[in-house]
Amino acid sequence: MTPLAQLLEAALFSAARPVTVEELQTLDPEASLADVRAALEQLREHYDFDGHSVEVVELAGGYQILTRRAFAAAIEQAQLSVRIPKLTGAALETLAVISYRQPVGRAEIEDIRGVSAGGVLRTLQERGLIEVVGRSEAMGRPLLYGTTSLFLETLGLRDLAELPRADEFTVALQPPRPPMAAEGEEDAAASVPAES
Amino acid sequence: MTASAAPPTTALGAEPGFVVQLDAFAGPLDLLLHLLREEEIDIADIPIARIADQFLSVIHELGLNQAADYLEMAGRLLRLKAQTLLPRRSEEEGWEDPRHELVRRLLEYQLIREIASWLDKASERRAGQFSRGYLPPPPELPPQPLAIDLLQLLLAVEKVVSEISVPVLHRVVPRPLDVEGATKRIEALLEERGEIGWLDALGAERGIADVLSTLLALLELAKRGTVHLFQRAAFAPMVISRDAPRPAA
Repeated sequence: MTPLAQLLEAALFSAARPVTVEELQTLDPEASLADVRAALEQLREHYDFDGHSVEVVELAGGYQILTRRAFAAAIEQAQLSVRIPKLTGAALETLAVISYRQPVGRAEIEDIRGVSAGGVLRTLQERGLIEVVGRSEAMGRPLLYGTTSLFLETLGLRDLAELPRADEFTVALQPPRPPMAAEGEEDAAASVPAES
Repeated sequence: MTASAAPPTTALGAEPGFVVQLDAFAGPLDLLLHLLREEEIDIADIPIARIADQFLSVIHELGLNQAADYLEMAGRLLRLKAQTLLPRRSEEEGWEDPRHELVRRLLEYQLIREIASWLDKASERRAGQFSRGYLPPPPELPPQPLAIDLLQLLLAVEKVVSEISVPVLHRVVPRPLDVEGATKRIEALLEERGEIGWLDALGAERGIADVLSTLLALLELAKRGTVHLFQRAAFAPMVISRDAPRPAA
């Protein structure tokens, strides 16, 4: 590896969050952005082809060294690290609305989901996944929400453009068939009337 | 939105109390989609009367009939039911299917559900990788119970009390009165000369404190009979003397 690639490896290893190419460039005043990108590629190849258990991942507009998936279960079982807490159904639905409609106000979120959203908005804000990005011009100047870079980090996305386009989803005029039912909670819901 | 963890069967009991089962469904739209799926109904041609009745019976069974979100949807469905039951003149111009708005909302919600499911898979995938030194968000611990012995308590009280600033109402400033010094000075002067004047007794320093010190010293000495104070004539300067005044000739 070149000295620059080694320097970037040290920086990425020490950082607790994804680091942008611009931030990495400040490590070496001699290096151009293109040099940094080339060195990152070299580091990535080094990890990929020399049998390393970590990899360079592009996340939330930056780069981060993460362990490979193959080791997740073992690490978790040994309680050496903790998984990122799972998002609840309400949180996921709310994030779905915000990520596609941002900046978006509470009323619109509630209208789409058909339930009040005050509690889940507060929780998402506390977890740093959404933030207030402004105020609407509408009556009462309601707050408008948008997603944060921690949102991208939590979902393993490089940027918002990585989200599928809305028309890529197959919302048919037919009710979804059981195999399309996404989660276990739907199965639980389905069992309810059977008991009555 | 939070919900009780009790199984649905408890809500089905005869208890008319406030039993809410919000866990089963993510909201009224979710429940509605569930009913359509159960009945294998085409979303574009919903038999409103039947679905409205089913919706009402399910929310009643689950104790959701007191949750505002579900009640609002129930009201909406009943209004739609009434609209569809009303006879309408055929080929009426500008007639719009009253179910249209509901279908739009259901489709939109379904899209959101699919996006949410995509996000869930993405976060699941991301959670399979660990960054170096990932710190889980600290759990919200309740404050520790207060464990303290008497000594610590007293020390704490002392510390608090010592930090309370007492408001200054009146401060007594010690005046530099030096009666003793003035007494010595006067005695020394009278040792040299038998008789001195007030200004001699006062000395070089003539501040208010010096005047008072000298005056007090003189009065004290006069009281003890060490010196004699007198005037040779009315309004004449005061004479300070070791000896008693000679009677005027």
